Parts: sequence; structure tokens; C-alpha cells
Amino acid sequence: MNVVVCLKQVVDPELPAKDFAMDPGTQRQVREGRPLVISTYDENALEVALQLKDASGAGVKVLTLGAQAAVGDAIRLALAMGADEAVVVDDALAPERAGAEKARMLAAAIRRMGSVDLILTGCESADWVERVVAPLLAEDLGVACVTFVSRIESRDGAPVVRRMVEDGHHLVEVRLPAVLSITSDESNRPRLPKVKDIMAAKRKPVQTWAPADLVLTATSDPASGVEVRQVVVPERTSRCEFLTGEPPELVEALVQRLRDQKLL
Amino acid sequence: MPDILVVATAPLGTLSRSSLELVAGAHAIRGPLGLGVTGLLLGTGPGLATAPQALHEHGVARVLRVDHPLLTVGESDAYLRALEQVARRENPEIILVSADTMGRDLAVRLAWRLGAALVTECSDLASADGAVVASRQVYGGRAVATLAVTRRPAVLSLKPRSLDAPAPDPVAGSVEDLSVELQQGELSSRVREVLREQSDVGLEDAQVVIGGGRGMGGPEGFAQLGELASVLGGAVGASRPPADSGWVPLTWQVGQTGKTIRPALYMAVGISGATQHVAGVSGSRLIVAINRDAEAPIFSVAHLGIVADYKEIVPALVAKIREMRGQ
Ligand SMILES: Cc1cc2nc3c(=O)[nH]c(=O)nc-3n(C[C@H](O)[C@H](O)[C@H](O)COP(=O)(O)OP(=O)(O)OC[C@H]3O[C@@H](n4cnc5c(N)ncnc54)[C@H](O)[C@@H]3O)c2cc1C
Ligand SMILES: Nc1ncnc2c1ncn2[C@@H]1O[C@H](COP(=O)(O)O)[C@@H](O)[C@H]1O
Repeated sequence: MNVVVCLKQVVDPELPAKDFAMDPGTQRQVREGRPLVISTYDENALEVALQLKDASGAGVKVLTLGAQAAVGDAIRLALAMGADEAVVVDDALAPERAGAEKARMLAAAIRRMGSVDLILTGCESADWVERVVAPLLAEDLGVACVTFVSRIESRDGAPVVRRMVEDGHHLVEVRLPAVLSITSDESNRPRLPKVKDIMAAKRKPVQTWAPADLVLTATSDPASGVEVRQVVVPERTSRCEFLTGEPPELVEALVQRLRDQKLL
Repeated sequence: MPDILVVATAPLGTLSRSSLELVAGAHAIRGPLGLGVTGLLLGTGPGLATAPQALHEHGVARVLRVDHPLLTVGESDAYLRALEQVARRENPEIILVSADTMGRDLAVRLAWRLGAALVTECSDLASADGAVVASRQVYGGRAVATLAVTRRPAVLSLKPRSLDAPAPDPVAGSVEDLSVELQQGELSSRVREVLREQSDVGLEDAQVVIGGGRGMGGPEGFAQLGELASVLGGAVGASRPPADSGWVPLTWQVGQTGKTIRPALYMAVGISGATQHVAGVSGSRLIVAINRDAEAPIFSVAHLGIVADYKEIVPALVAKIREMRGQ
């Protein structure tokens, strides 16, 4: 079984508000001087892939589209966690590209890898949160798609994926090859590499491809005709009224407020 | 008249609230764009009989209906194929789909198949100079992006509970039954088992939600929140850490990745107020925060704040409400 995990590098999404700034030129977040990390759910996706490797010897490749000069840390971490090899599509424009443009390039890169059974992505990218890459990869590659999957399980010997829905989960049987987008749960918390894994990762193969090496599917791009007009950071002015006193008074005051608001 | 096609469902036997939100979105843009609105109901079962009436009651006169036994809950592939067939016949200018767990993939895959422009996870729709202008939250709720869609056809998905349901606006209407070609064998995925984890009160539609965070310390803390929710007739929600740690079901998560809610009362207990959490609750009418750290960012979005250990507040609050009611 060959598994590809798509990893995106983003500015750490949990940085304090003071470190967040917009670049008016690109209409994207300022990256300079900010720590870059693997997009949150992509690490869960990698963990799911590594569990398949542990259980049944699946081969795990990671794929990222980004500037070669910037993605080093992300790739090293992924290889240290246990991925076998990495492919970087060296594209400095990646942070400004719409999800649909990137999906086409990623699909072309996956086709170039040869036979692949499972393609895993994060359920959403931590910064732009489009949730488009997984379903677009599936369309472009002509394969099945299930999103917001937390686990790959088996039922009566057949593999099923556990998909999160509004009121619970569905166990879904899916034909391979397939694209799955992965969401976090307690079963796929990303592993921490050990020192020896970090050392071993240095010897693992990393290929770099140029965007020109990719053969894109000729379709009309869902991102064309869509233009980012502005990105606004709303002012937040605190309006909080603090209740004061000892716990019994606090409870009393809260009950009074809830009554005033007809909530009790 | 060229049309906005609203893709509606009725999985629980009545027109879904998310479908009504799409109608609200369509009403917001149809006038300025000079478009009509057609409702498309997809599914199977009793809900499909009554749902057209609910659309007529909200200003949608023309309703198309596809009732097919393969259109059962969660069967994304079947829905996609049905939707694609109808869209090719109808040639709508704009297609609105709910970005719920099934719709969010449908929207994307449909756009690819139709060669349409696509904007996903919209929180608001407007128009300017003949273009649809969609807003969406980015950067974990820190910013709002506005995107103009200048190409047709366009598919837009609307994040559930971002818009209010439209006010009633009854019109005389018609229902057209359409048939589609669907075969089990051509579907690449199939729902084998449905596992429900819903509590009595659905989180997305509860008027009162009590949210717990990492500060609850474990599942026991959530039992206290459950009692509070039950005396208030509400539901319990959670931030990501409790959902990720298995203290509560994943479906209780509220925020960017979790659900968006807009209850009359949201109480955030032991939640620091990260932007990704606030993104899902900022539409609540009254936000009360209980946190022992006076500097926690949740207090900058709350209306009422209590700086205390929740253990000193929550059980006492439950007891007080019970006492008031003579229970
Ligand atoms: C891509 C992405 C998506 C995300 N999506 C979501 C999402 O959908 N929903 C979400 O919630 N988060 C989401 N997050 C995570 C988010 O960034 C925060 O990490 C998370 O919300 C923090 O949860 P918390 O407030 O419960 O925990 P913490 O930040 O650890 O806060 C715990 C709080 O509890 C307080 N506390 C501790 N003990 C007590 C006590 N006894 N009594 C009272 N107060 C106490 C502490 O003072 C502290 O403020 C996402 C993050 C990313 C990167
Ligand atoms: N530049 C990229 N390189 C590799 N994978 C990516 C890239 N951008 C997005 N992805 C993948 O697509 C997923 C969903 O992204 P999105 O559709 O933007 O929400 C991410 O979690 C990644 O797995």
C-alpha cells in the first residue's frame, strides 16, 4: 500500500494576536519573522499514515508545495516522525495561491509519483480554511473521496473509514484509490520523534520538482473568476462586565442577569 | 429568468434549518443580480413530501424534487451525481449549497465538474456591480476575507448557522418531480453504519449552550456542565482539547473546525478564548465566561465575566436554579 500525505506549511496558527499582521500587497498574512509549522491537521493525517505503516508496512511519502528554501523544517519533522521520503514542489508563490490552483499542481505531482492507493490531507488548512484541496484532488485524479475522517478501521475484514458528521459518525466503505481528509481525535495525536529518528531522517530521500515538471489537467480552474477584494481584521473592543464578590454573590449576580435577560 | 439554485435537504423529515439559511442567502443577492430562485430538494422519504411547502412559505415558488432511494443520509457520491444531472439540465447561474458535512464536498466536486467558479465556507453573501460578494473567516477567525465572484456559473457553500433563517414570506408555488440516473454500482463510497452521538438538544440549534474547555480537567468536569445545561434546557459544547482528548464526543466541538453556534446564551467555562474557538461562538447573544485567569482572552469577547474556579460556581449555580424552581 502506497500512501501520500499532503503537508502544508503555515505561520503558526496559535501565535498571539500581536504577532498577526496582514500584508496589503499579497492580501495574505505576513510570514517574515514568524515561526512556520506544518498545518495542524496535516500532522494528524501523517499520523494516520504512519499507523498504517506500523500495522501493515505501508510506504509513506509526504508531498508539499512551497518554496524549497522555506519548507526544510516541515520536511525534516515529517521524515523524523517516520515518513519514508519526501517530494517538494518548489513553488515560491504557493502561499498566495488559491486552494484550487494548488490542488491541480498537487494532483499532477501525485500522478507523477506512479501508483498510489491512499492520499491523505488535513481536513482544512489552518490559515485559509477552504476545505477544497481533498475533494478537488479526488476529482482531478478521478478517485473516491471522504472528508473529515478520524480513523481507518476494519469491519468484517473490510476497511472502513470513520467520518465525522453533525450528529455522530458514519462508517464508510470506500473504493481505493481514495483521497481522505483527516480531522483530529484521540487516536491520531501526532507522535513526537526521538533523537535517533531525527538523525535517521537526514539520510532519507528528498526530491525536488519544479512546477514546470508537472503536467496539469486541462480544466477550468474553480478559482478563476474569484478575486480577493479585501481582508479585514475586525477591531475587538472589550465590553466585558466583571461580576465581583465571593462565589455565593457571584452566583446570585449571575442568576439575576440571566433572569433580566429572560434566560431563566 | 436565469436562476439561483438552492440545494435543499430534509434529512430529519422536515426542511433543514441549513436549507433555510441558503434561502436567506439567495434572497440577499437575487434582487440586485436580477435572478430568480429555484429550490432543489434532494433525498428520499417523508421529508420530501412536506419540504416544498416550507420552501414556498419562505418565498421560493419553484421547487424541483428528486426523490431517489439511493439518496439516503451521508451518501455523498449519490448526491453528487444527482445534483450534477440536475445542474446540467437547469443551467443555473449560481448554485448555493450548505457547507455541512455532506454539502461541503458536494459544492467543491460539483464546481469542478461544471467548470464553475467556487467559493467555500461563506459566512455572508452580498452583491456589487453584478458580482456575488462572499465573506469568509480566515486565519482562525482573526480576519474576514471578501471575495468577488465575477464568473458564472458559480457554486458557493454557506457555513451553517452563519445566517439567520429568513422571515416567512408565503408565495404560491409549484413542485416538479425530476428523475435522475443512479446506480449503486457506480458509487465509490457507501455508508456502512450510522453511529449517532446526539444529546437530547442539538448543539447547533440549542438556545443555551454551556461550553467546556481544557480547564474542566477531564470528563468529570463535563458531567457538572451537563447538569447545568439540563437545568437551563440547553446543550453542552466543547473547545478542541476536550474533544481531541476523548473527554467528550468529537461532535461537541465548537469553533473553526467544529460547529458554529448562535444561541441566546453561551457560557464558556475553562476556555481561554483562542480565536479559533471564538470564531464559532461570536454570534451568540449573551456570552458569559467563567475562567480563573483574569487575563484570559475570552474576557475580551464575553459580555459578562466571572474570574473564579468553575468548581466554586457551576455546582452552586445548578443548586440555586433548582432551589428557585422548588426542585
Ligand atoms: C486549525 C485549527 C483549528 C482549530 N479549531 C478549533 C475549534 O474548532 N474549536 C476550538 O475550541 N479550538 C480550536 N482550535 C484550538 C485553539 O487554537 C485553542 O488551542 C483551543 O481553543 C484551546 O482550548 P481551551 O481554551 O479549552 O484550552 P486552553 O487554552 O488550555 O485554556 C484553558 C483555560 O481554562 C482555564 N482554567 C483552568 N482551570 C480552570 C478552573 N478550574 N476553573 C476555571 N478556569 C480554569 C485557564 O485559565 C485557561 O484559560 C483550533 C486550532 C487550529 C490551529
Ligand atoms: N501547499 C500545499 N502543499 C501540500 N499540501 C497542501 C498545500 N495546501 C493545502 N494542502 C493540503 O490540503 C489540505 C486542505 O487545505 P484547504 O483546502 O486549503 O483547506 C491541507 O490540510 C493540506 O493537506
